Amino acid sequence: MSNARIKIPESAKKGDVIEIRTLFSHIMETGFRKDASGKPIPREIVNRFTCTFNGKPVFSADLEPAISPNPYIKFSVRLAESGTFRFSWFDDNGTVTTEDRKIAVT
Amino acid sequence: MTSRSRREVLALGAGGAALAVAGRAQATPQEAADAIAKFTGGKPTAPGRITIDLPEIAENGNTVPFTVKVESPMTADDYVSDILVVAPENPRPQIVTFRLTPMCGSAEVATRIRLAATQDVTVVAKTSKGQFISAKRTVKVTVGGCGG
Repeated sequence: MSNARIKIPESAKKGDVIEIRTLFSHIMETGFRKDASGKPIPREIVNRFTCTFNGKPVFSADLEPAISPNPYIKFSVRLAESGTFRFSWFDDNGTVTTEDRKIAVT
Repeated sequence: MTSRSRREVLALGAGGAALAVAGRAQATPQEAADAIAKFTGGKPTAPGRITIDLPEIAENGNTVPFTVKVESPMTADDYVSDILVVAPENPRPQIVTFRLTPMCGSAEVATRIRLAATQDVTVVAKTSKGQFISAKRTVKVTVGGCGG
């Protein structure tokens, strides 16, 4: 199971603006907290989210610790052709999670 | 510690176990101004054309629904390219920067944010023509999230 959930229509009309909703399961540890013994808890967040379509950049976000746990991002897209979205989440620890979604544009 | 009084800091600590303090609880107004200046390259910002959707009162500062909409045709020669969101009272004022393209079709983005305290959330948007516009919205925060 991936940490990522993506809500996107399977098809769209050419030129229509569609909504994409993404949710990524992640603790988003701010680095500002301390544990019970008073030691700072190291920061670990998703620091970047990107969305491309057929390899071209569409939307991205540089996230800071002020984004709530399980980062939710909703944005919109207007398409001229069918193709594949690629969504990527970049973790502070170096992990990159990638998900692809196809959409038919008529 | 910055402008915040001892009493307020204690209240914050008591109210939100989530807001634990590592060294500093809060950014200075200068840090927020610096974050904006870095984004704009020191250029002035004009008000307008931005709608910020935030609750008037956020009971839980750890997750506050946030939507920003910048009026823009989002065409190849006139679009919003970047949107910076700043919370001056958070430990780190930058919340997020969205990077948009004409393919977005609409300059509307939603997410959920952490707010450490009652404050004016500020949005600065950059257009493809190199203009900067900004808007603010006040949110009352009952229990601070580990903002920042």
